[in-house]
Amino acid sequence: MPLTGLEIYKLLPQTNCKECGYPTCLAFAMKLAAKQAELKACPYVTDESKSKLEAASAPPIRLIELAGADGSIQVGNETVLFRHEKTFYHRPGLFLRLTDTDGVNEVKRKAAEAEGYRADYVGIALGLDGFAVEAKSGDPAAFKAAVEAVQSVSTKPLILLAGTADLAKAGLEAAAGTRPLIHAADRDNWQAMAEAAKAAKAPLAIRSDSLDELAELTSSLAQAGLEDLVLDPGVDTLYKSLFTLTSLRRLALKKSFRSLGYPIITFPGNDTLLAAEQIAKYAGMIVVDTFDPALLYALLVLRQNIYTDPQKPIQVQPGVYEINTPDKTAPVLVTTNFSITYFAVANEVEGSGWPAWLVVTDAEGMSVLTAWAAGKFDAERIAKAVKTHNIGEKVEHQKLIIPGQVAVLSGELEEELPGWQIMVGPREAVDIGSYLKAMWQR
Amino acid sequence: MTVEIPIEKWAAKVREVTLGATAAQGGTRTRTVTVGGEGTLPFLSHEGSLPHSPALALEVRDRKPDDWSPLLYRAWGEAMDDPGDWAKAAEAAGADLIYLVFSSTMADGRPNTGENARSVVRKVLGATGLPLAVIGPGQAELDNELIVPAAEEAKGERVMLGICEDKNYRTIVASAMANDHLVQSKTPMDVNLSKQLVILIHDMGMPLERIIMDPTTGALGYGIEYGYSVMERLRLAALQGDTMTQQPMLVNPGEEAWKVKESKVGEGVPAVWGDWERRALAWESVTATTLLLSGADVLILRHPETLKRIRSVLDGLRAPA
Ligand code: SF4
Repeated sequence: MPLTGLEIYKLLPQTNCKECGYPTCLAFAMKLAAKQAELKACPYVTDESKSKLEAASAPPIRLIELAGADGSIQVGNETVLFRHEKTFYHRPGLFLRLTDTDGVNEVKRKAAEAEGYRADYVGIALGLDGFAVEAKSGDPAAFKAAVEAVQSVSTKPLILLAGTADLAKAGLEAAAGTRPLIHAADRDNWQAMAEAAKAAKAPLAIRSDSLDELAELTSSLAQAGLEDLVLDPGVDTLYKSLFTLTSLRRLALKKSFRSLGYPIITFPGNDTLLAAEQIAKYAGMIVVDTFDPALLYALLVLRQNIYTDPQKPIQVQPGVYEINTPDKTAPVLVTTNFSITYFAVANEVEGSGWPAWLVVTDAEGMSVLTAWAAGKFDAERIAKAVKTHNIGEKVEHQKLIIPGQVAVLSGELEEELPGWQIMVGPREAVDIGSYLKAMWQR
Repeated sequence: MTVEIPIEKWAAKVREVTLGATAAQGGTRTRTVTVGGEGTLPFLSHEGSLPHSPALALEVRDRKPDDWSPLLYRAWGEAMDDPGDWAKAAEAAGADLIYLVFSSTMADGRPNTGENARSVVRKVLGATGLPLAVIGPGQAELDNELIVPAAEEAKGERVMLGICEDKNYRTIVASAMANDHLVQSKTPMDVNLSKQLVILIHDMGMPLERIIMDPTTGALGYGIEYGYSVMERLRLAALQGDTMTQQPMLVNPGEEAWKVKESKVGEGVPAVWGDWERRALAWESVTATTLLLSGADVLILRHPETLKRIRSVLDGLRAPA
C-alpha cells in the first residue's frame, strides 16, 4: 500500500538541509508520494527507512512471470477486490495437467493437441497458457522424459508438479532455458526446494492448507532470498476456494500482509464450475485435468470477460462494413459498435453466406438494447449513419434492416429516411441467416 | 505465525421476499420460497448471516416455444406440449419455482388472449405445488392484457408478476397489489435505473417486501461482465445501507445463454468450440455460476441438467458445518 506524504516524512531525517533540492523534508516527502522525486536525492536517509520505503512501494500482490521457450505469462499485481473499482489486470493462466505415468508418447500427443488449440472470440485469439507436468511416477528419469516430450511440441510456459527436490531438479534440467514454476514446497521439503528454485532462478509454489503455515513458509523463503513465490492453499471445494482466496486478496490489499501477497494457484481438476468461480474470484493460475474444447472455450471466454477493463467498453470503429463482397442488391443491416454485438452480427452474416452491407453506428460501445435505453441508438442516429455513409448510393433498393429489439424505431426511422422501407430483423444475431432466407429476395 | 482472517461488517442487509402462499396463508402452494436477507457478500457465511439459499427456477411456457434450441426440446420432450405437464416435469427436476412465461401468439398464430392466460395459470397451479412467477411475452399492451386476468386467477397465491419495465409497469403493479402478488422489476444493466424503478413501483404503494429486482445480465461472451459488475455494485450498496438497492436480485441466465449461438446451434460453428451439448450446458451453467457469485438470489434456468449442476454448486458453496 503506498504511503502518504506524511508517512514518508516520518521516515526522513527531518533536518531540512535542502540537499535534495527541496526547501524542506516535508516538501520532498510530498514529491515522493506523488512519485515526482526519487529517494536517492536525499543522501541522509537511513538504510532502515530506505527498506521500509521500498517495501511500501512494492505491489501488494507480487507479479510473477513464467516463461516458455517462446511466450510468457505474468500473473499477480492485482489492486482491487471488485473489477468495477478499477480493473483486474493479469488474466489467470490456464494450464493443462499432463502426467508422466501416461508415458512419453501419450504426453506428447496430449500436449500437441492442446498446444495448437486456438479459438477466436471477438477478434481475439484464445488458448491455453501452458502445461503442468506431473511427476506422478516418482522417478526423476521418467519425469525428465515427460518434460522433454512436452518441450518437443510446445513452447509455452510450464509448471513442474514435483513433490521432491530431486524430481524438481530433473524437470528443471529438461526445461533448461525457460522459467517454469516449481510446485511445490511444503513444511517438510522447503529448504531443498528453495535451493533447487534458487539455482534455476525459477519461481516456487508453496503448498499448505493452513494460511498460518503458508505465511511462515513465505517468510522463511523470503529470508532465504526467494521472493518469486506462488501460494497453493489447497482449496478443493467452491466454498473453501471462495473463502480462502477472498481472505488472501483482502489480506494483501487491505492489510498489506506482505507474506501472503503472492498470486494463487488452484487445481479444480475436472470441475468446470469450480474453475469458473476461481476465474471470477482471485486465482492467478488454474490447472485443469482434461482438455475438452467445449469446456475450455467457455472458461477462456469467461476469463476474457471478467478481465475486460470496465472503464473501456470494447468497441469497433463505426462505419460501413462489407461482408461477402456485397453489390447493389445486397441487404443493408444496422447494428451498434459494441464489439460483442458487432462480431455476433458480422460472424452470423458471414457464416450465412449472404453478401451484405453492415452499418455500424456510433452507440458509444453499447449493445443494441442498452444503447437504445440510453438514447444512443435512436432513429436520428441511425438515419445520420445511413446518410453520412451514402448507403443510398451503394444499393438500389432503399431497404434497411434494423435489429428486432428496436422494432419500435420503425415509424420514426421512416420519417427520418423518406423513401426507405424499414424492415424489422430478428431479435438475436443467431437468427439472421434464417431471417434473410425468408425475407430477402435476391 | 497467526494470520487473522479479515472480516467485513456491514451496516445493512438485503430485504427478505417470500414467494407463494400455502393454504394457511390463503393460497394453495405446498411450500413457499423466501429469498434475500443476506447480511454479507455472496456465500461468505463466516462473516455475516445468509439465511436463505438462492432459489432456482425453471422456465415453463404456456405452449411449446417455436424457436428454442433443439437441445431443450430433447431435454423436455413431450412435457412441453402441455404447460401442466411441463411444470410437473420441472418440479420433478428439482426446481424451487416455476417461471411461467406466456407466448405472444397461440399455437395457431393468433395473438394470445387473457382467457388462455387464465386457463394456463389455473392448469399450472393445479399441476404443481411450487410457487409461481407469471410473466408476459414482453410487449407492453399484450403483457397487460394477459397479466391482469392471470393475476386475478391466481389471487392469493403470492405469485411474482412481470415484467415491470420503466415503460410499462403501472398496470402490472396495480394488478399485483389488487391480488396480493409480487412483481419483477427489470432494468437494463444500470445501478441507478435499478433503483429508480424500485422507487417508482414503491411509490405506487407496493410494499418493498414484494419487489424482486432484475438488473439484467448478458450471457457468457455476450456482456456478462456488465451484468456481473452492476450486481456487485448493487449488492455492495445494499449492504452499505442504500435502501432502494436492498431488493433480492433475479437474473435469467437460461434465456440469455440459450439464445446465443454457442448454445443454440450445433452446426456451422467453429470446430474449436467442441462438443455442442457439453458446450451448451457449460454455457448456461458457467453463466449461472458466475451470477451467483455476483449476488443473484433467483436464477431462471432452462435445461434440467443445468438445474442439477447449479444445485450442486449451491451445495458446494455452503460452509461445512
Ligand atoms: S536532503 Fe534529505 S534531509 Fe535534506 S532536506 Fe532533503 S529530505 Fe530532508
